[in-house]
Amino acid sequence: MSFEIVLIGLATVIISAAPIVFAVIGETFSERSGVINLSLNGTIVLSAMISFAVAVHTNSLIFGYLSGMVVGAILAWIVAFSSISLHQSQVAVGFVLTETALSLAYFLGSPYTNSQGPTIQRVPIPLLSSIPVIGPLLFNADPLTYLSYLLIIGAWIYVFKTRPGLILQGIGERPAAAFVRGANVNRLRYMYTILGGALVGLAGPIFSLGVKAGWKGTISGLDGFGWIALSITIFGGWNPVRAAFGAYLFSLLQWLSLIAQPAFPSIPGAVLQVAPFPLMILTLLLVNISDAEWVNRTLAGMPESTRKVIARILRALHASPPAGLGIPFENE
Amino acid sequence: MQVELHDIHKTFGPVYANKGLTLVVPSGMIQGILGENGAGKSTLMKILSGFIQADRGEIILNGKQVVIKSPADAIKHGIGMLHQDPLDFPPMQILDNFLIGHSGGIFPQKIKAKREFLNLAKEFGFSLDPNNYVDALTVGERQQLEIMRLLWLGVDVLILDEPTTGISAEQKKKLFETLRKLAAGGKTIIFVSHKLEDVGDLCARVAVLREGELVGSMEPPFDNEKLVEMMFGKVIVQPQLQTIKPGECVLEMRDVAIEDYRLKMSEINLEAYAGEVIGLAGMEGSGQSLFLKACAGLLRPVGGAVYVHNENMTGKVYRSFLQRGVAYLPASRLEEGLVPGLTLSEHFCLADGNTGFFIDRKQNLALTNTRIKDFNIHGLATTPVESLSGGNQQRALLALLKDKLSLILLEHPTRGLDIESAIYIWRKLKARCNDGTAIIFISSDLEEVLNYSDRILVFFSGRVSRPIRADKTNVEELGELIGGRGWTKLAT
Repeated sequence: MSFEIVLIGLATVIISAAPIVFAVIGETFSERSGVINLSLNGTIVLSAMISFAVAVHTNSLIFGYLSGMVVGAILAWIVAFSSISLHQSQVAVGFVLTETALSLAYFLGSPYTNSQGPTIQRVPIPLLSSIPVIGPLLFNADPLTYLSYLLIIGAWIYVFKTRPGLILQGIGERPAAAFVRGANVNRLRYMYTILGGALVGLAGPIFSLGVKAGWKGTISGLDGFGWIALSITIFGGWNPVRAAFGAYLFSLLQWLSLIAQPAFPSIPGAVLQVAPFPLMILTLLLVNISDAEWVNRTLAGMPESTRKVIARILRALHASPPAGLGIPFENE
Repeated sequence: MQVELHDIHKTFGPVYANKGLTLVVPSGMIQGILGENGAGKSTLMKILSGFIQADRGEIILNGKQVVIKSPADAIKHGIGMLHQDPLDFPPMQILDNFLIGHSGGIFPQKIKAKREFLNLAKEFGFSLDPNNYVDALTVGERQQLEIMRLLWLGVDVLILDEPTTGISAEQKKKLFETLRKLAAGGKTIIFVSHKLEDVGDLCARVAVLREGELVGSMEPPFDNEKLVEMMFGKVIVQPQLQTIKPGECVLEMRDVAIEDYRLKMSEINLEAYAGEVIGLAGMEGSGQSLFLKACAGLLRPVGGAVYVHNENMTGKVYRSFLQRGVAYLPASRLEEGLVPGLTLSEHFCLADGNTGFFIDRKQNLALTNTRIKDFNIHGLATTPVESLSGGNQQRALLALLKDKLSLILLEHPTRGLDIESAIYIWRKLKARCNDGTAIIFISSDLEEVLNYSDRILVFFSGRVSRPIRADKTNVEELGELIGGRGWTKLAT
């Protein structure tokens, strides 16, 4: 395989990772504030369908993207309302919501199956796109991909470098302490859950108006991305940059399985297609393995030099969830 | 700032937490508030600091009546509260902790904040590295951080809720020094505690609460017996404890080495004998918890060997230790020791070791009621454990232990308990010793360690002393040792 072809392939990897980047960073915001939005899988499929339908009717990409965000925000609001205001289990509500949204998408979407809709075009950035290697890799993409770069950097700066970002970390970590410091915990949790939902909702149209253009009902191939995004959020240690890295890794695995197909004709295509999913789960397990008690027990029995190296690697990879995640807050 | 609380009433359901409390604290005074658990002192302070609102009553600051709606509101009025478990963000950096809640633009001015942080730290002689993480600090250091943060926000009234629980003698000295300095500078200090000696050391005046009412006030010189009588409404006598002759060796640690990502300990040697009590002293996080976990098989030592009744148990899990009569009682009773949501009888059902598939309700109820009576637990068989008070939870934990044990390991057995409960717990434990059980316990209360131990191990940042006989030492020496001084003298 020539270098150019690999480069074109990798550029596709980056473009097709964009929806996952939006979804994981959206979920990162939501979970940082203390709310788990488990409805991701349904949200992505429903917003993909609705935004496609909106784009078909209005013939406008912009309206398509906006409608996706609105769908995501509404579903997130349901999670927020039932967990923050009604004190219901976030897990139960999320699961039901994800299934409902999924079925709703297939039901509402049937008239649009195989319709023709607008698709976003690549817009190479002048000057930047002519840099060797980096140019074709990063700067020959569509506007939403560029936006995903900005989102990664912006979200990281926001969470770790700004005053509101510090409070965001605080309300997820120890809401009582944030409350004492003057934060309106529940209002902020609403805000970040809805904001996160809108970002997740943007992942839908990025699929249906670009990466996997069109709407094909149950064979659209969008079912499952939400779950992967949820696990990448964990793998990313609730850090936007690390989460984005996980999204790129997953996208890369998908691409590799695609190009591996001709090389292993004996393996059924379906196996290779789903291979990235278990591989991703395996990666997650390895990253967070230091949580397991038997790991520490085994480590303690090893010779000191080996133990030190492994312990250091595990500690560097380890990330603990916001301590207040999933727990409702009441100021007494 | 002069703080006046007038006729404060507060009920929780049918229970009166505060019943017409009136208290006036002039500017620059260190006011002590003494009372047992449940006397209403925390409620009163939560009202003053905006956490909850009074049903009735007035708060007057410098002669002006105010309404305090939230903790943030209280800070605006110049009232800051240091909670018993400091309300901070453990996995975050110290400087970020310092900054959260400080108002200003989108991007915090970290360089300026760091400079002011270091200036404040220097003023009070605190050595805190702003780039360090809060979960690496001891409780005492986290208090120092909170005090600095509140002062930085400009509070004039500082409320401290049981601040001496869980900090070392050294840190306590530093804390008191700081508070005296602040009071001399005109700040009003309200010091809430159930420890007589702390209040006596520090305060210029003490108010005693009992059952939601102010029962008395005293100025130095303090008469401790009188104060105790006011707190309890009766006289309490500390029982004399007889020492028990140690028997055979139950637990032996031979050149044991333990580590986690923060601490490394090596060459620990200890033999614990039946009937003996060994106290582990040290600042929180100096290695005593790791040591205790290693004794129970909850943590695998990286070197050396652990023997229980002369059987090599190195690397075995807690279950095997438990089968050989080793029991471990963790510090967080509700989180690690009991199952919230289950009733007392369900707990006894889980613990009694019956293997039948169905629960024998009758037998279980009989067992529960006997244990409730034996251990003086204030609760019913159907009471969920989380609604018991701390002292009753600890009694329930003791009641759940098997009858025959060779070693009991306890983390902070009397933390947060009142004097009466603490005395009761120790009487039960000593009765176990009489039956040939050895006890190893951790406590940050040096008096407790001295009073109840036969021998003492001192921990200081991963160093472990040789066993010190309790009758050959005193609080002062132990205080020096846990602060890291006097170790060379000890070695010789």
